[in-house]
Amino acid sequence: MSAVLNDETKKVLITPLVNDNPITLQVLGICSALAVTSQMTTSLIMALALTLVTAFSSAAISAIRNHIPGSIRIIVQMTIIASLVIVVDQILKAFAYEISKQLSVFVGLIITNCIVMGRAEGYAMKNPPLESFIDGIGNGLGYSLILIIVAFFRETLGSGKLLGIEVFKLTKDGGWYDPNGLMLLPPSAFFIIGLIIWGVRQWKPNQVEKVEYKIMSIAHGEGGHH
Amino acid sequence: MLDNKVSYKPLENICAALDKNEHYQKFKVYRDKVLALGNDSLEKTIAIAVSLCLVCAVLVSFAAVALKPLQVNNKAADMKKNILDVAGLLEEGANIDAAFAEKIEAKIVDLETGDYVENINADEFDQRKAAKDPAQSVAIPKDKDIAHIRIKAKYAKVFLVKEGGAIKSIILPMHGYGLWSTLYGFLSLDPDGQTVQSINFYDQAETPGLGGEVVNPNWRALWKGKKVYAESDQPSMEKGLITEADIGEPALSLIKGVVDNTRPGAQYQVDGLAGATLTSNGVTNLVRYWMSNEGFAPYLKKVRTVRGVKS
Repeated sequence: MSAVLNDETKKVLITPLVNDNPITLQVLGICSALAVTSQMTTSLIMALALTLVTAFSSAAISAIRNHIPGSIRIIVQMTIIASLVIVVDQILKAFAYEISKQLSVFVGLIITNCIVMGRAEGYAMKNPPLESFIDGIGNGLGYSLILIIVAFFRETLGSGKLLGIEVFKLTKDGGWYDPNGLMLLPPSAFFIIGLIIWGVRQWKPNQVEKVEYKIMSIAHGEGGHH
Repeated sequence: MLDNKVSYKPLENICAALDKNEHYQKFKVYRDKVLALGNDSLEKTIAIAVSLCLVCAVLVSFAAVALKPLQVNNKAADMKKNILDVAGLLEEGANIDAAFAEKIEAKIVDLETGDYVENINADEFDQRKAAKDPAQSVAIPKDKDIAHIRIKAKYAKVFLVKEGGAIKSIILPMHGYGLWSTLYGFLSLDPDGQTVQSINFYDQAETPGLGGEVVNPNWRALWKGKKVYAESDQPSMEKGLITEADIGEPALSLIKGVVDNTRPGAQYQVDGLAGATLTSNGVTNLVRYWMSNEGFAPYLKKVRTVRGVKS
């Protein structure tokens, strides 16, 4: 286990948090980030489930990477990921039934989460299992970080609670806080994630994407075909 | 082909034992042959696909079978919780099993006659399983199958809340098709068999935020006090109970928009779910189906009239 926390390991564990965050930089895994973040509890469980699936699927794929036939590469990856997701879903149903009911289809949808596939294809196919495992953990943590931030704002502003515990006393219970209903709806996560991406790119301007095309003004440009 | 060898004692012991096994030695010869093949050869592709499926199948089946007892327990506990909830007896942090055993009595009802059936153990009877058993179920004629469930169990498990010997609420199971899923729920009625106390759905997969709002406590609260059967307010009474001739047809339904309480008939109407017309129709249909002669009407008639329920 000498490989633990050498420079490469540190890099794959730390960079996905901010510098190469799967949500804010790569803009992957948005679907579940919108769906499960109205409460902190569901976000935490979802983050944990995704981190474990990414880590173990990356490790498993990496362990057999030298023997995966190119023609069925994606199917092999999907089979491993899907099996792990089913196992996670079964475990949740057995040990956290209420939460599994709230997460409903979104645990199953980890199978199609782009982060898991992205790490399998982009990292695990080329690197040894331990590094791939840590890369999976790192990317899972990057996803978790954003989920936790979004859930923090959505749950406190939307229902005046955090982890189900009251932080703002609501007007309907005789308090002062009138909850923002929009925060409970998925679009609010879009706004929050958008603001986070904007903030991160202000802080680290190298994350700003190069402009792929430029909108020409009609008066001075060459114009299109008429 | 692990790149990082992690030493692990029990694993080494198993490996040593395997090495002595002659079948394993044969398997190893084949394995090495296959692994030595080119990655894109047909043989290797098939071999990898088959062995991967085998390993994954074992993993998934093991998890599903090993965790099944826990999941069944969770489901049963959740059902009890929902029954307590619809009866208005759910208290935060209270022991659900104890509260259920103390306050709620399960009874099996013959849907056709409306009588209690005593020779079936109510604790062990599972209505959803019974519906799948040809001996315990009947097909529903197409023209009557408004809830789109095709088959129903002959017997239903109802729950009675009693206080000091008197019935306080009658809890009836219902299910029917919404937009995407079959909704399973309970309707709790006053002992008059006509006034709704509460409704809840414990198993559904409608669109979250639209049809999924059937579980919303604010919407569910709208059901309280609504009437199931279309009847006059002054029925002819006999010994303080309604007579059979005065019992009407199920009229309760979800309407588009918000119910105007000043209008006549408002007692049979509940606000529809915004943006979920098909789920709303499904809920109307399943309530009407289970309250009709196909469902609990024969039973409720006996509860409400002087004939009473033979038990």
